Parts: sequence; C-alpha cells; structure tokens
Amino acid sequence: MDIHEYQAKRLLKGFNISIPKGRVAYGPEHAEYIARDIGGNKWVVKAQIHSGARGKAGGIIVCSSFEEVSEATNKLLGKSLVTHQTGPKGKVVQRVYVEEATDIKEEFYLGLVFDRSSECIMVVVSSEGGMSVEEISNNKPETIIRAKIEASVGMQEFQAREIAFGLGLDSKSINRCAEAIMACSKVFSKYDATMVEINPLVLTADDHIVALDCKMSFDDNALFRIPEISELRDKSQEDPQETYAADRDLNYVGLDGNIGNIINGAGLAMASMDMIKLAGGEPANFLDVGGGATPEKIVKAFKLVSNDPNVKVILVNIFAGINRCDWIAEGIIKAINEVKVEQPLVVRLAGTNVEKGQELLRSSGIKYEEASSLQDAATKAVSILNKGVN
Amino acid sequence: MTVLIDQNSKIIIQGFTGKIGSFHAQEMIDYGTNVVGGVTPGKGGSTHLERPVFNTVKEAVEKTGADSSILFVPPQFAADSAMEAADAGIKVCVAITDGIPSHDMIKVKRYMKRYPKSEKMTLVGPNCSGIISPGKSLLGIMPGHIYKDGEVGVIGRSGTLGYESAQQMKSLGIGISTSVGIGGDPINGSSFKDILELFEKDDQTKVVLMIGEIGGPQEAEAAQFAKENMSKPIVSYIAGLTAPKGRKMGHAGAIVTAYGEAASEKVEILQEAGVTVAKNPSVIGDTVKEVLSKI
Repeated sequence: MDIHEYQAKRLLKGFNISIPKGRVAYGPEHAEYIARDIGGNKWVVKAQIHSGARGKAGGIIVCSSFEEVSEATNKLLGKSLVTHQTGPKGKVVQRVYVEEATDIKEEFYLGLVFDRSSECIMVVVSSEGGMSVEEISNNKPETIIRAKIEASVGMQEFQAREIAFGLGLDSKSINRCAEAIMACSKVFSKYDATMVEINPLVLTADDHIVALDCKMSFDDNALFRIPEISELRDKSQEDPQETYAADRDLNYVGLDGNIGNIINGAGLAMASMDMIKLAGGEPANFLDVGGGATPEKIVKAFKLVSNDPNVKVILVNIFAGINRCDWIAEGIIKAINEVKVEQPLVVRLAGTNVEKGQELLRSSGIKYEEASSLQDAATKAVSILNKGVN
Repeated sequence: MTVLIDQNSKIIIQGFTGKIGSFHAQEMIDYGTNVVGGVTPGKGGSTHLERPVFNTVKEAVEKTGADSSILFVPPQFAADSAMEAADAGIKVCVAITDGIPSHDMIKVKRYMKRYPKSEKMTLVGPNCSGIISPGKSLLGIMPGHIYKDGEVGVIGRSGTLGYESAQQMKSLGIGISTSVGIGGDPINGSSFKDILELFEKDDQTKVVLMIGEIGGPQEAEAAQFAKENMSKPIVSYIAGLTAPKGRKMGHAGAIVTAYGEAASEKVEILQEAGVTVAKNPSVIGDTVKEVLSKI
C-alpha cells in the first residue's frame, strides 16, 4: 500500500526527521490561509497523488505570493496527473500540500528497499538528489553508496555515519544526516515498509538536514498489525475495478486488451495472458480467483470482468486442484444467469472432477465454447474476437 | 530416490484441527502419506483424524519421531510456527500459508541461521503448493492423481501452473520424481537454486523442469548455478511475458522492479546458461519430452 507525501512526512516527523513547515489543503482559500499561517515569501504547492515524478508532470508549483498559491491550488485540484508511474489514465489530485520553500545548498537521494537477493534491507544513497534512482544508476552510478541492514538487528550507527561521510558532508552536518538515516531505517522496520524514499534529502543553507519529499510503500500482508498505516489508505488513488476486486478477495490487475480472463492461480493467470498474446490477442486483465474459489466467488469474478467495457470475449481457465470443476461449473452457470454477461465465453476446465464440470455446463443451456487445452482456449478466444471485428 | 520426502517421511500437520488443515491432512492421508499426528496449541491430548494432537511441535517430534511438517497456520502466526518447527528438529517444513509479512519471513530466515548445516531445517514456501513425490508421499495441497511417478524433477513458484505441467507430462507418459513448489512470495525458504542442487544429486531425476515467473533474482541465480554446477538438462518456462512493469501479478513476489526481472529478460538469461525454454505454456510437456529423448 502507498501513502501520500504529507502522510509520509508526518511519519518522518514522528521520528525527529526535519521537514519543511506545511499542511494539506482541499481548496484555494484553504491553501492561501495555510501559506499566510506558515509565513515567509515563497511556498511550494504540491499535488498529492500516489506517484513519483510529479514535478515533471506539472504537479509541483513554486509560488511567490498568496494569489499564486491560490491559483496553483485551483489549477491542480481535480486535475489528472499522468506520470510514468500512474499509467495513461493518470491520478486525480484531490488535495495539495502547501509547504514553505526551502533554501537548498545540496540535494541527496536516500532510499530503503528490500533486497530480495541478500534478504536484507538495502540503503541506497547518492549525492545526486532530485533525479530518480534509475536516472542516478544510469548516469551517475559512481555516486551511489549502498549499505545492507540486517532486518532483525536493525541499522547500526556506524553504517549511518559511513554513509554521511560518504556524501562528503562537513562535521556540522554529519550527525544530523546520520540521525536522519537511522530514523528512516526505524520507520522502515516499525511499520513493515517495503520502500522508503526521501528524494531529495537536502542540506539547507543553514546546514540543516531536511526531507523535502518522501514516498513510502508498505507490505499489504502486514496491514493487519499496523493500523496507523492502514487507516491512511486512499481509495481515490486506486483503480476502481482493482479496489472492487481487492475488497472481494480477488487478485485483479487491469490491462489494455479486450480478452477478459477468469483464472485460478497467479502463475496460470500469467501463462494464460501470455498464451492469448501469442495467439494474436491482448489480455484485458489479470485475474486470479484463488485456489479454493467457491461458486459465489466465480460470480463476483464474472461481475468484475464483464463490467469492463473493453472486454469483448471472456476466457475462463480453471485448473482445479483443491477446487473441483463441478463447483466452478456451478459458479459459471450461476454467474451467467445472475449477471448480465453479454460477451461470448470460452471455458477450459481441467483437473479434479473435470468430466462432471463439463457435463454440468453442456446440459445447462448456456452459450459457450468448450476448450480442451490452454492453447485451444486462447486460440478460440482470439478467433471469436476476430470474427466479431470483421 | 526422490528429494526431500519419500514413503518413509513421518509427517505432522501444524494447524491440524482447523478447517483447511483438516481438509488437506485427510487428502494427504488418502494419498498414502505417512501422517503421524498434528499440532494445535491448546488441543494437545485429543485425537483428530485418528491421529494424536499435540500442543507443541517439540512434543510431537518426541512422541512420533516426525521429521517433516506442513503449516496451515494463519499468516499472522505462521512465522512463529516455522521457527517452532526448526527448533523442534523438523528437517523439512512446507509453509502453505499465503500472506505472511515479508519482515516476518526475514526474521524466520535469520533465526534458522543459528543451526549448523547438519541440523538445519529445509523450509519450502510460503505461499506454495508444497511437495509431492508421486506414489510415495504428499506434503502439500496438489491433486495427487495428476502426478505420475518418473524421472523429471519439478520446481515451480505457481501451484496451478505446476498442475498444468504435471498433467501435460502425464498425458505424454512422462513422470515426476519430486515436484517442489517454492511459492510466490518475495522472501521464501528455498530458492530454485537450493532445489536444483538437490535434484542434481538425486539418481531418479534425469531432467529438471523449472517453472518461474516475473519478479526477483532467483531464476537468474539458478541459471548461473546451472551453468556452473548442473550436469542434468533443465527445461524452463517463465510466466508473465505480458505483465506490465511495476504491477504485482497476484503473487506478492511477482513484480518487476529491476533489470533482469521481466519474463523476456529471464528467458534470455536462462537460454544463455544452456536451459531449454518452452515457447509457451501449452508446450511445457512437449519440451520436456524432447529433452528427455535426447538423453
């Protein structure tokens, strides 16, 4: 799960990391009030969406008057920002963060992620802040400093110190920087984070270390034990189809094609998508209904997939292990009768009780094409689609 | 021979009396697996599925001589159960549970480092379908009837894609020595490389089938290992050619975040290491057959 910049900064503040003065605004007047309250003569109005690279998408506006703060807020609110992380639809700005401008001397990059290879928390730091970590590793790889944190032991002070010295900071700022890095690793461990990124972490003109921007992601599997994080969920930043699915315990990812998928198991779902592509089609979604899918769950899956206006054909591919094909068949029949499924249907069943499942479907009177294998299913779905188009 | 489990494995079920634990314990017993008991804290002393229930894994091991276990414990308690198994002297532990926090898995792996190699437990999973040595023992949740005894060792992340492959092979008359589901989580007990190492030493296994997917470094690490250490041919399939970058595809670990983690990149890395990669998921069985015929 992702959270907004202002939420991440609030967490950082709780661990004594300095952040610029700022507050969230929901309207231009509100934003102007906050700017007056903060004081000074320069502010930054920042769109709050779950994505990095907001600056390039026009989501960060520097203002020199209260009028400009108000205008910037007016311009950003309700706007859909498209970045390389949001997908083509973009994400709608529903709140902005109004912050005092910071006098920057130097900018650094600080990121913490899980390293799957060493199974440690990897701290990545660079003296080239403000660029994305990909840009840094492509253009300035020599500036990157890495440190592995043993998660169950936590980061050690010497590690933070080494990094701070590595950034070339002078003696006044070393301790402040090391403390900030230590604090980040504490946030990471305390809240089951999977990613904490401060970019840039800056050295201000008066030699303070300040987090100017922050992104955090958390382990969905750990949300049950971090209520202070799970309550920060913002559904407006999620794809509605995906939210609907996740709330019903279905694993769904929307894609750009037109062949809808209902499949059990993540691996088989990916394989079926690949098969569709190889057969000349494009999958409209990834959908894993899970190992023990009940007929009710199949109905929910049909509601979800048939609801997508791009879907022209629906492909069902179930390999029943724990599951039974007759159950799945019941679910399909129930779904066709309950949900208005208008798209043509291709069904491939395999595994436990396959004959029983096929018999149920054949005698049900519902219209569908039976497929005998993964390849057969994909080929049939694509050929139905092509007939429809011609 | 097989790897990890055979007909002599003495198996206990952790989370024995729960709904899911009971269901799969019965399936395992029906398959002929030597299930000697189970553990549910607080229910020790009772009998379930005609087998004794114990409060702790330690007690179960002492009383039954169990050497293997399978976890059907809810995610919030699963890490603790895995560490309990390791401490009680269990040699092979399969964690079926999906949804264990990554921080917990890291803790488990760190905890397991306290044992010398000879006493160390092999953890398989979590979020996996388990292990089957066809005709001998089932320490998992796969449908036993689609597995034929034979000479192909299978390692896979996905459960259902493993079933798909097993059925394709069975219909071609090809059998399996052992099939090991290593699971779809980012931090797992055993990697492709760990299981490849076991298959290389196993006499029954002639060919290894490795079913990977997008995300993580383990397929590439396995390719490197295969190149340097494997004498047996490897067939592979990588799912997720059409998966977009940065999106999690069902499995917590199935997400492309770095170079080398996309399906096409993994295919390339494997081919460079001499692995035969199946062109599509429908011809996994055919590809194995072709490689088998050349031995």
